[in-house]
Amino acid sequence: MMPTPMQNQQQAKPILEVHGLIVRFTLRDGALIAVRNVSFDLFPGESLGVVGESGCGKSVTFLSVMRLIPTPPGKIDAVKMRFSGMDLLDASKRQMRRIRGNRISMVFQDPMSSLNPVLTIGRQMREGIQLHLGLSGRSLDDRCIELLDKVGISAPEMRLKSYPHQLSGGIRQRVMIAMALSCNPSILLADEPTTALDVTIQDQILRLIRDLTRDLGTASVLITHNLGAVAGTTDRIMVMYAGRIVEKAPTPLLFKDPRHPYTQGLLRSIPRVDQPAGRRLYSISGAPPDLLRETIQGCAFAPRCPLAEEQCVAQAPSLEPFAPEHLVSCWKAADAHQHG
Amino acid sequence: MKKQPHKRTRDTIAALKPHYLPASADAGGAAPHRYHWLIDLFIQLVKTKPLGAFGGALVLTLVLMALAAPLIATHDPNEMHGMQTLVPPGSDFFFGTDALARDLFSRIVHGARVSLTVGLGAVGLSIFLATVIGVLSGYFGGVLDTILQRCVDAIMSFPWLIIMLTVMSILGPGTGNVILALALAGFAGSSRVIRSAVLAIKHSEYVLAARSIGCRQPAILIRHILPNVAAPILVLATLGLGNAILAEAALSFLGYGVPPPAPSWGRMLSGDGLDHMLRGPWLVIFPGLAISAAVFGFNMLGDALRDLLDPRLTGGARANK
Amino acid sequence: MHINTDKILQVRDMNIHFTFGGGLLKSGRKAVLKAVDGVSFDLLTGETLGLVGESGCGKSSTAKGVLQLYKPTSGQVLFKEENLCDLQGEALRRMRRQMQMIFQDPYASLNPRMTVLRIIEEPMKVHRTHGNRKERREQVIEMVQRVGLNPSDIHRYPHEFSGGQRQRIGIARALAVRPELVVCDEPVSALDVSIQAQMIHLIEALRDQFNLSYLFISHDLSVVKHISHRVAVMYLGIIVELAAKEELYARPLHPYTQALLSAIPIPDPEVERQRTAIALEGEIPSPLAPPPGCRFHPRCRLREAVCSRQTPQWREVAPGHHVACHLV
Repeated sequence: MMPTPMQNQQQAKPILEVHGLIVRFTLRDGALIAVRNVSFDLFPGESLGVVGESGCGKSVTFLSVMRLIPTPPGKIDAVKMRFSGMDLLDASKRQMRRIRGNRISMVFQDPMSSLNPVLTIGRQMREGIQLHLGLSGRSLDDRCIELLDKVGISAPEMRLKSYPHQLSGGIRQRVMIAMALSCNPSILLADEPTTALDVTIQDQILRLIRDLTRDLGTASVLITHNLGAVAGTTDRIMVMYAGRIVEKAPTPLLFKDPRHPYTQGLLRSIPRVDQPAGRRLYSISGAPPDLLRETIQGCAFAPRCPLAEEQCVAQAPSLEPFAPEHLVSCWKAADAHQHG
Repeated sequence: MKKQPHKRTRDTIAALKPHYLPASADAGGAAPHRYHWLIDLFIQLVKTKPLGAFGGALVLTLVLMALAAPLIATHDPNEMHGMQTLVPPGSDFFFGTDALARDLFSRIVHGARVSLTVGLGAVGLSIFLATVIGVLSGYFGGVLDTILQRCVDAIMSFPWLIIMLTVMSILGPGTGNVILALALAGFAGSSRVIRSAVLAIKHSEYVLAARSIGCRQPAILIRHILPNVAAPILVLATLGLGNAILAEAALSFLGYGVPPPAPSWGRMLSGDGLDHMLRGPWLVIFPGLAISAAVFGFNMLGDALRDLLDPRLTGGARANK
Repeated sequence: MHINTDKILQVRDMNIHFTFGGGLLKSGRKAVLKAVDGVSFDLLTGETLGLVGESGCGKSSTAKGVLQLYKPTSGQVLFKEENLCDLQGEALRRMRRQMQMIFQDPYASLNPRMTVLRIIEEPMKVHRTHGNRKERREQVIEMVQRVGLNPSDIHRYPHEFSGGQRQRIGIARALAVRPELVVCDEPVSALDVSIQAQMIHLIEALRDQFNLSYLFISHDLSVVKHISHRVAVMYLGIIVELAAKEELYARPLHPYTQALLSAIPIPDPEVERQRTAIALEGEIPSPLAPPPGCRFHPRCRLREAVCSRQTPQWREVAPGHHVACHLV
């Protein structure tokens, strides 16, 4: 078996370094800080899960890395944001275009709206490969067929001539993955890639992403609200809440010994098929803060937290190491044993 | 179930409240003031759509001018001042006089009444017809939709000027007939717009919810469909007003408009104006400016309202994604 | 929980077919989409029956057919012994008080132009269950509190609420006229994880308070496992398996149920590592041309010759455990 990316992590240089990322939006109804001081590294070949609920800033974080946030109304600030040594904050539009789709590629939630409905699959695949790899003619077609084959699509020659609406959701998402991997990117960003798909297809797509990125040595980021989706397919997980990272740990550790009350609450509030049905479901009270209307002074989770004390309301905790490779942003991390 | 009609109108107006407007202060549990949102809308208009606000100001001026015409006008609009024909603008006659020695300023001020009457009347009638046809056609669909829409197709296949001229030739002159002609020429296009808005709303989950509750069809139409197509209707109305004023001018220009001696801007342009344009250019400049200002004002206001009332264009309140 | 053996709802061989094409001048053959093709089940008073399946399996059409929002093409829907399919117009409209629906999308299912008060009050007005404005208002306030909202919220508009709160408004509307049967169409799937659990608790608590019977539609087998007493699995317009919850999850018999259950990721890396999913071949066939014999046979790993020839019988293989498969 190959050494896991985890073990290589200490020696390897991160392919993506983000330090102190802050993303603001100025809207008509007021200002909004969608991402607050987010820092993380992504190492070559590793698979990072980013978990959080809608509006927690998980998508905005990575759209900002890709510089796909319209500015204005958005504003991206960071101490450091580097992709394989290149500064993403100062990169020109042209440099960013060359990175996007080529070095960092993305797969989105809804494959139907990411594909152009009036062009055939083949036409759309060839376009990207032609642009970034400069292939043409026979070798271009061969590459397309090879890619479709790799993502498990039967009769790839025929599929090249199909239009997006002629394919099912699962096949469309496979096509998107094939296109994303067509230029051997260093990073694959998958934003809720399976949310729009059926259970049986979801599982196949998640495994496909995991296996392909592992084979190609591509680092992958899986952005999702579903803790189940990241449990079996990622090496590390960061949990986000109200624009901040609240906990970051290797996947097995995060599930075994979660330290942030939010992570714990999430884990206990998911109904599971592998557990006896009588178990009472835990529920986190309240709702996430409305970042547009509420100002957050202390810990954003404090109003919903069973362990909250005065300190939590007064002062926001920072993301501190709790154990090796396990970072938690909680004043009560040491007390927060998992119960139940 | 009995409601006073007045109350219903109020509800419909309140239902127009755009989605994104901030919640009115109702922390104490008291009912929020129903019209706070109107003030909010006004503030939004001035702040984000200065051109629209300017259009609104023009419209407001026009309305005030029409209402207070006898107070503003310096002379009787139809009084002939002896031999003082084609007097250039000056202190006696602000905008000069026409070939019949009538004061042009007073005629233009009173002309606002004619333009607004014709404009509001035509738009009101046309929007009413369009709403009835659009809502019935869109909501019930099927054979009714096919029949109504083929009729609309037939009407739309004629240029509007032909329709108006035909109607005017049959009915003869008169302000009421002008209104009718304008409405008949304009309702078909509007009904299409309303129909498509209804089609989009008909399949929404809240209409299904209303059916599952056990609402009767009329209640669904009035409570759930109409308030949600009110925004496009309002926009159609403001844009239509400008068009109606222009169309009335065109009819008058062709000699089919509001009958003389009523001071119609269009007739001022076409009658005297055209004949004596070179000797008295003010005869075309001032009525032309009045028409342009009115049309421009209504169009700008309509554009701005469309943007402000459409939650999709403003992104709505939940823009945190 | 009071589960009687009384059947509040009996669905017998319900079909919902949609016809496409074949316009006035087109002489082409009409295409018939059999969204629901011979579905039968019972719902006991006080019971929650989960109806699960993937998109396009007909679970949502079944829900709407039960409530006569889609008129079933044939079959019977007996609500307390009365066949709803025979009712028309006013008689059906009056029956609707006793059966309400909770919708999936809390953003789309509330009229954006109505305040919370008017939304929740509407069913009471429609069915004239409360004499005057004041009584209705009191009932609205009671309902609002029951579902965990603040009485001061009743003059606000839906857009001022979060998804979870909106879903609470939808639930209050459904329960305002004290129905007996509530059809929940994916009531938690549009909500965030931390809100989902709250909503499941609320739906369970209200069932016990009001002695409701739920037909609970969902694509999420974990949620259904949590909330239902019995579970029915649908595939391509038919029910393939129906059993008590404990039985179905412990001993799934139909190969489709087995595949479905094996595909759910478990939020625990250790369990995940050992989980092997049963891969389904291909994709769901078009409901316009369902496969002959057993509808699942083209994707079934256990299929035999008989599966493509003969439609499997709906059999009770153990007490209360029904399945439609040749190989069981």
